[in-house]
Amino acid sequence: MHRFANPARFLRLAAVIQPWTALATVLLIGAGLYLGLIASPADYQQGETVRIMYIHVPSAWLAMACYSTMAISSAVGLIWKHPLADLTARAAAPVGAAFTFVCLVTGSLWGRPMWGTWWAWDARLTSMLILLFLYLGYMALVNAFDDPNRGSKAGAVLALAGSVNLPIIKFSVDWWNTLHQPASVSKLGMPSIDPAMLVPLLLMGLGFTTYFVTVLLIRVRTEIVASKIRAIRMTQIHAAHAAPTSEPVAG
Amino acid sequence: MDTLSSYFAMGGYAGYVWPAYALAAVVIAGLLLVSMRELKARERELKILQELSPGRRGRSRDGSEAQG
Repeated sequence: MHRFANPARFLRLAAVIQPWTALATVLLIGAGLYLGLIASPADYQQGETVRIMYIHVPSAWLAMACYSTMAISSAVGLIWKHPLADLTARAAAPVGAAFTFVCLVTGSLWGRPMWGTWWAWDARLTSMLILLFLYLGYMALVNAFDDPNRGSKAGAVLALAGSVNLPIIKFSVDWWNTLHQPASVSKLGMPSIDPAMLVPLLLMGLGFTTYFVTVLLIRVRTEIVASKIRAIRMTQIHAAHAAPTSEPVAG
Repeated sequence: MDTLSSYFAMGGYAGYVWPAYALAAVVIAGLLLVSMRELKARERELKILQELSPGRRGRSRDGSEAQG
């Protein structure tokens, strides 16, 4: 039962952090939406469709950041058997799946008017679709076991194996000749994008990040409560089996 | 009024821009709400279990150590 020691400290920390990340999310996304939808210009080539970028690109960043969180937590859970790490990996998966889904659909809505197609089996798009399937597969796998520890372990192996997809997504636009345009914000110091568009893009990116932290904290708290419920249920079952006498205190 | 409708027309791309934002809003807000609801439901369940469980464990947090 040593596992309850750390979560108690985590819960105290989460209670302090969460209101601030929630507030930051509202402010950052609010400012990002204002600048992105109202105060920024249309693109000279893409017209007003460029506004889709302010949700599409941050979703893609977060889709990959969530996966990194999941893969790193999985590794920590496998190696050090840290119980919070397993819970974090489980908690990050649905958030990552949501961002990947948003990224794919907004990309499709952007691709239709700009490329003339909703979808293409291009390296960037295909590797992003694989990311969605990795998330869905992970979520199905961790819940497929009666013993949550075995589920986490199986999920961790999948998450780590799937992490080879991350560099493929990142560099797909450089390695293959794709329909998707290369990154505009990667060149540190000299992004090839106007500040009027870069600022809302970064604000949305930060807002999505603080949103991720907020939801992650909520979901890890949920996992901790769920494991407490499981522990109580287990002791009830053991008590019912082992101590039918009137002396219920197990020695 | 005219500028407003031309704004919402998004230069003819309204059918792409607004659905993209609407979907993102629904998914992002929806996941937050679902996560919050789940936490509330689990916390309620835990509270009921702790109140129902007999006095030997009750609400005491260190009761688990007696098992060690």
